[in-house]
Amino acid sequence: MKTIDLDHQSVRELNQGLHDQASACTEPEWLVLNPAGKHAIACGLNAKLSVDIQGHAGYYCAGMNQQASVTLHGNAGQGVAENMMSGLVRVRGNASQSAAATAHGGLLVVEGDAAARCGISMKGVDIVVGGSVGHMSAFMAQAGRLVVCGDAGETLGDSLYEARIYVKGKVASLGADCIEKPMRDEHLAELRELLNRAGIDANPSDFRRYGSARELYHFKVDNAAAY
Amino acid sequence: MCGIVGLYLKDPALEPRLGELFAPMLAAMSDRGPDSAGFAIYGDEVGPGRIKLTLQHEDPAFDWSAIASALAARSGNTAGSEPDWFQNATAAVFKLATSEGEARAAFSELAPDAHIMSVGRSIEILKGVGRPQAIIERFNLPAMQGTHSIGHTRMATESAVSMAGSHPFSTGQDLCLVHNGSLSNHNWLRKRLEKQGIRFETENDSEVAAGYLTWRLRAGDSLEQALHKGLEDLDGFFTLTIGTRDGFAVIRDPVACKPAVLAETDQYVAMASEYRALVHLPGIEQASVWEPDPARVYLWERTQALGAVA
Repeated sequence: MKTIDLDHQSVRELNQGLHDQASACTEPEWLVLNPAGKHAIACGLNAKLSVDIQGHAGYYCAGMNQQASVTLHGNAGQGVAENMMSGLVRVRGNASQSAAATAHGGLLVVEGDAAARCGISMKGVDIVVGGSVGHMSAFMAQAGRLVVCGDAGETLGDSLYEARIYVKGKVASLGADCIEKPMRDEHLAELRELLNRAGIDANPSDFRRYGSARELYHFKVDNAAAY
Repeated sequence: MCGIVGLYLKDPALEPRLGELFAPMLAAMSDRGPDSAGFAIYGDEVGPGRIKLTLQHEDPAFDWSAIASALAARSGNTAGSEPDWFQNATAAVFKLATSEGEARAAFSELAPDAHIMSVGRSIEILKGVGRPQAIIERFNLPAMQGTHSIGHTRMATESAVSMAGSHPFSTGQDLCLVHNGSLSNHNWLRKRLEKQGIRFETENDSEVAAGYLTWRLRAGDSLEQALHKGLEDLDGFFTLTIGTRDGFAVIRDPVACKPAVLAETDQYVAMASEYRALVHLPGIEQASVWEPDPARVYLWERTQALGAVA
């Protein structure tokens, strides 16, 4: 295992060391000490690495992740796992706003709460939040699944496209064009699989499903010529 | 951009270390605001019937002792003795047994070029243009004691880089605020508040938020009521941290684009734009750390039970 102490080495040195593993993966396990809320820790990874970060991170932790498994033993600042392509990012504490923003793939697990705009413009990522999410979560979400084991804030799923949202607790309000939809067997099955992968103990039948009503302007074939 | 920080001590044992704990918080936000910095520190309170004024003068060689002597010579000052005062770099703090109106009148006559930064029983506001670390060193912040402090590092967007444009802004006794964001209805609100007798020193949008709270408190609102009304009347982007003589509050606008993190232990409540400003605080690894909800009033006051109010 390779240990990097950010009290003595820079984030740039850490990230360069992690990026060097993309061409030849010689050191699969990394331990990061004293993150102290620094920004852009473990960004841009592209190798089957396991990275353990011991403490709280600042903005964009594990952003643009591919293949790697990153565990943050603390809270994450804004934009954790933003634009993730694949792999797994796990936050043991809470995440600030815009978690997994625009992410295309992989799985983000937030064991605590995620703040506003969780999964904003998500494009295929799966997100499982053990606690609650803030307002405008899954805004303009295009693809992927958002699972919320607690409550959801105002205007959940506003201007949603094809992403599916599962919420166990209360939803403060639904955004434009977001509606509740029936839970069919295939939804219970995919939710069970997501909760299992996230390692979160919850009963899929306690959740409700939300999705797009497909009533907004761009869903109307009459407007196709405008594009 | 801008960075804001606040530290409110619950444990009196930490009060001698307030400046030492607060200075690294301000310095950590230098990347968010390298133009200028300022802070309000609450402590060293004067008794009832007395008032404390903090003044600054652009000339570092300004003769504050001459002002103190002139104050003593003015009629009505008992026994003609010098007032209780001290100088700290470009600032001076006067503790006077008089009213705010009389004190302002005296200083506008004796030191018309000096800026009155704050008035109250507890508050002292110190600020200046330059890197936050330079401001910290100029006023020797790490040696300061007190109960709570709020600060700001500025990256100017809405008005010029100047001492007057630096935060914190104070428009009433012992009240001040720091602001990250920009208000969109400040011109209209300023005119409305001026009609209510609120005086503004600058064209800055953030000063209007301070003036708004002063107006509400003057009208008899509690700080909590004033903040709830502020959420209705202030339009724009804001994360605000507010200090009063015995209180500390944080609010964010309903959209909450501007960052904020709160941390609480048995010993203190701390607020910052980014978590990295909090990493050196004692017990931070075990603290409750969270992002404040939008449009919610978080308030701690010594006279009330501690904790957030919905």
